[in-house]
Amino acid sequence: MTEQVPRWASETFWKKTAIWVTGGSFVLLVILTFDSMSQITAGGSRVQAYSVINKDVSYRFDKAKQRYQPVIGGDAPLFGKLLSEEEAEKLVDHGKKTVQAKNCMNCHTILGNGAYYAPDLTKAWLDQGWGAKASREELMINFLLDPEKNARTFGSNRKMPNLDITKPEAEAIVAFLKWMSTIDTNGFPHNFTAIGEED
Amino acid sequence: MTLQAYQEKAAVCVAGCKQRYAALQANPYLSGGQKLAVHYFTVAMVLFMAQLLFGLLAGLQFIFPSFLYEILDFNVNRMVHINAMVVWMLYGFIGSVYWFLEEESGVPIVGLKWGQLAFWVLTGAVSIVVLVYLLIQIGSGDDTSLWLINEGREYIEAPRWADIGIVVVILIFFYNVAATFSAGKWSGIAGVLTLDLVALAGLYTAGMFYVTNISIDQYWWWWVIHLWVEATWEVLVGCIMAWSLMKLLGVRRQVVQTWLYIEVALMFGSGILGLGHHYFWIGTPEYWFTIGGFFSALEPIPLVAMVVHSIYDSGVHRFKNSNHPALAWVIAHAFGNFLGAGVWGFMHTLPQINLYTHGTQWSASHGHLAFFGAYATINIAFFYLAVQQARGNVWMGSELINGWRWKTAAILLNLGVLGMTVALLIAGYEQSFIERAVEGSTWAGYFAAQNHPWFMQAMIWRMVFGLMTAVGGGLLFWDLLEIGKGEDRPAAVIGDAATAE
Ligand code: HEM
Ligand code: HEM
Ligand SMILES: [Fe+2]
Repeated sequence: MTEQVPRWASETFWKKTAIWVTGGSFVLLVILTFDSMSQITAGGSRVQAYSVINKDVSYRFDKAKQRYQPVIGGDAPLFGKLLSEEEAEKLVDHGKKTVQAKNCMNCHTILGNGAYYAPDLTKAWLDQGWGAKASREELMINFLLDPEKNARTFGSNRKMPNLDITKPEAEAIVAFLKWMSTIDTNGFPHNFTAIGEED
Repeated sequence: MTLQAYQEKAAVCVAGCKQRYAALQANPYLSGGQKLAVHYFTVAMVLFMAQLLFGLLAGLQFIFPSFLYEILDFNVNRMVHINAMVVWMLYGFIGSVYWFLEEESGVPIVGLKWGQLAFWVLTGAVSIVVLVYLLIQIGSGDDTSLWLINEGREYIEAPRWADIGIVVVILIFFYNVAATFSAGKWSGIAGVLTLDLVALAGLYTAGMFYVTNISIDQYWWWWVIHLWVEATWEVLVGCIMAWSLMKLLGVRRQVVQTWLYIEVALMFGSGILGLGHHYFWIGTPEYWFTIGGFFSALEPIPLVAMVVHSIYDSGVHRFKNSNHPALAWVIAHAFGNFLGAGVWGFMHTLPQINLYTHGTQWSASHGHLAFFGAYATINIAFFYLAVQQARGNVWMGSELINGWRWKTAAILLNLGVLGMTVALLIAGYEQSFIERAVEGSTWAGYFAAQNHPWFMQAMIWRMVFGLMTAVGGGLLFWDLLEIGKGEDRPAAVIGDAATAE
């Protein structure tokens, strides 16, 4: 085969292009990853320090940004206990591990990723379904300990199974959920009326 | 039937398997690498059947929530469903590479013994992982559970000990590939394949550590999931396709290799930064709206190019080919990849739309058509190529003995998945409107959408088409066991002699 192949259609041209495009994209991704990591480390403005669970949390529409934003308020320690940053991190960490070990994400979504059999947990702490802020912590713990008995299936008959969650694990999960609800998710979920924000 | 009758049946079954296995080991038509490939393909097909079974169980739970409640809960069924999928597809890929390694390099596989050992180690590990998923299911909230039971991260749930095992096995596989090409000759396909495997294996390690911070967790999780399916897996199947097109249609090497480089440039050029379409809502900065939206919107381009390429090549060769079932599945792959990944992916990839569709059945609709269309199809095509050779490089053209079987299987599988995709798409639209736009994404809003008749109907249609898919799958399994038996016509000779170099 000796027909004349134009340069732009030649194997070597595309081989070089493939190498440069791939290398270039990857380098850019690495740079962006460094930047993103620095911005989403806990304690920054997008992802709060773990001790944020000592504070009141809400979620409101931000007129300037034209999207919903978490709002951190005054003191409202979880389970009435003011925690140091270290203690808070330990608690949230235990919650995160429990969420993984119980395989929550194969029914629920977290930050919108996971499964679609049960509601998203990103703003679970802020859901109106808990009725009032005053009774929320207790309701959440009771639900996690015995989801079958405390099931509120919203008419769907779908019940969360009993996952043998212990009391300390349940508290840790709630801490994890409260912390997660403070992450700035660029306005996801949209149009969400948080508990205590109903007018 | 009495217990004894069951035992007798089981004994016959085991004897049948043993006989088949002995026949495989003695098969004169297969090289060492090809025999190993058939091992991988066999496990892949078994896992494919498991995937379908557990998909049906999970799907049924949407309609009957108390079905298997607290016995095999939805999360267990779903985990087995998607893990079986990832693993069978990887088995298929590994098998395909072992299949053509010797022909492509021109020498026998270097270190084949290690490759064989790795197969048994991996298969043993996979069996243990599945048994633990099914029997132990969950653990308490500590490191031990993540190391021994499951890591609770979608698609890569395998416990840490298994992760490490997988990496070791992949290293052996990589050694086989690199050492064999080095001992023989390096082609364009060989070079792309080898580098791609490095990336594919390297990415897996991005999913192998634990962090408390869920944003960082999701950031790296997507490196594995997205950079696998939208970058490294696409290029891997590009290599497999390139080789198959030479084999099936007799396309010239220079043509497929040039196309392969174009594919790599377009796929990596859009797919690597396209990763940003998963960084809209997980806490990551706003610049990902622009970067993720822009580059992921370009991802369909290589998929269109791929359709053009395969149809063009088929047309140039007047669809004359040596293996009808395989070519049918290659064409299903080209269209399935374009539709499932390209069109369905594009439809929800811009942040303005994704805000409402993110994490709804919309994603499931896309996930089904993309994984099936892009990766199930090409694997199945390769199984047919392999089975043709294993039966003595026999005729697989028109007027096949029992030719209805592969055709029916192909029709049922493709229609079944397409039907499920459409049902889930309707459910996804309904969720986006009712749960998200109208109700504002609260739990009450979520259930309002789930209880809506439109959603429930979609779930029923998903089951109907899911059953169709499963029947097609069963038929495919049967066909692969039987096709080509008793065929004494030799395979059609195709293409110009230029295929080899
Ligand atoms: C063969 C290639 C592809 C496969 C196998 C695939 C598969 C998937 C799967 C399974 C998910 C859901 C992940 C989860 O469980 O959370 C997903 C999400 C997504 N995919 Fe793909 N995909 C492919 C290509 C593409 C392409 C080319 C695009 C864009 C043009 C795309 C756009 C998206 C988007 C935007 C999401 C996020 C959905 C959400 O926000 O929930 N995909 N993909
Ligand atoms: C027997 C037919 C099947 C049925 C009934 C079925 C059912 C299901 C169900 C119920 C889920 C969980 C969705 C949710 O979380 O709400 C699921 C997820 C999934 N299935 Fe299937 N499935 C079937 C076949 C397949 C096939 C053939 C493939 C691909 C080759 C596939 C790929 C997936 C993927 C990628 C997910 C995760 C989607 C996501 O997270 O967005 N399934 N399937
Ligand atoms: Fe993606």
